[in-house]
Amino acid sequence: MSDATLDREPQAVDDTDRPGPFREFWSYFSEHRGAVIGMWFFIGLIIVAVLADVIAPHAPNQQYRDFLLTPPVWMEGGTWQFILGTDAVGRDILSRLIHGARFSLFIGVIVVSIAVTGGITLGLIAGFFRGTVDTLIMRLMDIILAFPSLLLALVLVAILGPSLINAMIAIAIVLQPHYVRLTRASVLNERTKDYVTSARLAGAGPLRLMVVTILPNCMAPLIVQAALSFSTAILDAAALGFLGMGAQPPTPEWGTMLAEAREFIQRAWWVVTFPGLAILITVLAINVMGDGLRDALDPKLKRS
Amino acid sequence: MSAMPDTDAPVGDEIVVEAEALAQHYEIGRGPFSAPAILKAVDGANFTLSAGKTLAVVGESGCGKSTLARMVTMIERPTAGRLVIGGIDVGSASGADLRSLRRQVQIVFQDPYGSLNPRQKVGTILEEPLVINEPSLASDERRGLAIAMMERVGLRPEHYDRYPHMFSGGQRQRIAIARALMLRPRILVLDEPVSALDLSVQAQVLNLLIDLQEEFGLAYMFISHGLSVVRHIADEVMVMYLGRPVEQGVSEEIFASPRHPYSRALLSATPVADPTHAKTRIRLEGELPSPINPPGGCAFHPRCPIAFDPCPRDRPVLERKGPVEVACFAVEADGTVHARETARA
Repeated sequence: MSDATLDREPQAVDDTDRPGPFREFWSYFSEHRGAVIGMWFFIGLIIVAVLADVIAPHAPNQQYRDFLLTPPVWMEGGTWQFILGTDAVGRDILSRLIHGARFSLFIGVIVVSIAVTGGITLGLIAGFFRGTVDTLIMRLMDIILAFPSLLLALVLVAILGPSLINAMIAIAIVLQPHYVRLTRASVLNERTKDYVTSARLAGAGPLRLMVVTILPNCMAPLIVQAALSFSTAILDAAALGFLGMGAQPPTPEWGTMLAEAREFIQRAWWVVTFPGLAILITVLAINVMGDGLRDALDPKLKRS
Repeated sequence: MSAMPDTDAPVGDEIVVEAEALAQHYEIGRGPFSAPAILKAVDGANFTLSAGKTLAVVGESGCGKSTLARMVTMIERPTAGRLVIGGIDVGSASGADLRSLRRQVQIVFQDPYGSLNPRQKVGTILEEPLVINEPSLASDERRGLAIAMMERVGLRPEHYDRYPHMFSGGQRQRIAIARALMLRPRILVLDEPVSALDLSVQAQVLNLLIDLQEEFGLAYMFISHGLSVVRHIADEVMVMYLGRPVEQGVSEEIFASPRHPYSRALLSATPVADPTHAKTRIRLEGELPSPINPPGGCAFHPRCPIAFDPCPRDRPVLERKGPVEVACFAVEADGTVHARETARA
């Protein structure tokens, strides 16, 4: 009855504008300083990836035979030509990292889209129809979850053959059960609500009920999960690349770069360190941004 | 023949819903090694609904009134009994018949916060029934109909583009009523439509409902847990206890002199806005028994202040006693209540 006073003058209530959903979201999101920094880093990364051809000082696969394992510019023997140094075959590390950002974002986007699409579809079906379909889908997801995720991805890649595309498919399959579970849980929660019943009474069929009525109300946890698993996808793809099961050389993918450089770790630390740092910072930024998204979108965790 | 008296309904009132011995039983699993229990949510309800009239269904929570609403709105199929809506038997109707029947029965829920989709704008909510059922309508025609209905229920056209969270409880209930009326139904089930609103808004919404009933000739099934709200709007009242109607009849009769001890207790619990009014409140002892395992005989006897010998033994049937129908041994055939001096069991 907190709005009892409002009720008495129904004409007066709605003239006071409430902040729009985006303004409200931003005010919660910006409270989280790390999330904002993470977001700016992520936007920067997107710009770098889009403009890679313009920004990168050298072509990623160009080998400078006279500059094998040149150290970074601030070390003895470094030159401004290769700011972060070169690798064992004389390729510019900075240019390769810049081009590698493309692959990382590409992996993240594709893996998350496949996992989200499949996960939402299966979760909606399981939660909406219940019964045998639900049991079948959820037990299948439990089986996938029972395996260590990287190991299962490795097995899948071993079956499909090592390539970046196959690695992405494998990672998407491994990530999918999380989306199925989240979607199903939200659908179970929403489907008994009165607005679903009234849509049903208005004549809405199952497809309309699932997609138009229920799904938009289940999106908040899914957006958060998508942001967080974006970084998992990049990390897993790098791990697969490192193990030789992902992107194949000479692709400038960060994980693959690490794998190629690991024999030089004693002599030329920069060959290993910079791709590793790139992965670390990107994953960290996306995770922090995801945490901010969760705080802003998930009302259960909202500070009131 | 329905159990409602034919004398009180003026001739010419079209009967839109007829229910005979309507029952809804749920099976409740109790683990793999015992037989499932049967929950008789509604057992043997008879009533008719006429165009332009209101049937109030009253009882405390758990008495089966919401289950009754779910059967009339065809969300659930009755386990037993006959339900005829608009001349078509729901139990044996074909798919096409059922679809057209569903358009004729709409519902307004108790909680206006849960009954509107939080992600849809008011306009979208109101137009959804039209989008589904009248796909041939152009979008500006739909918009026109939605705005006309909004004005009819007391909302302003500029509310069309707003989300439900921007409205107060009373306004949301107006939106819910508008949505229910978009398909021009003949029957509106009102599942405690005002019990979540505060008192002044209750009156506004009730008046709106009364106006709309006159304008569209709607038949209302008004579900409520208290009698005070019902007094102003009901033509007939059905009092339910543990899934069974215990007293049924014309509203004035029941309010003037309730016969069944349960109706009397309900009515005496209604607050009267008169400080000089003597309080003769009948207090019911004990809790509502579990409907899975209802007491034998008359289900009300453990809480009944005037229970006597036959009550724990036999179940009284709902029969005409005087001007109303009552299911009670203590009520004589002419409708007078006879309290016997018998020690309670």
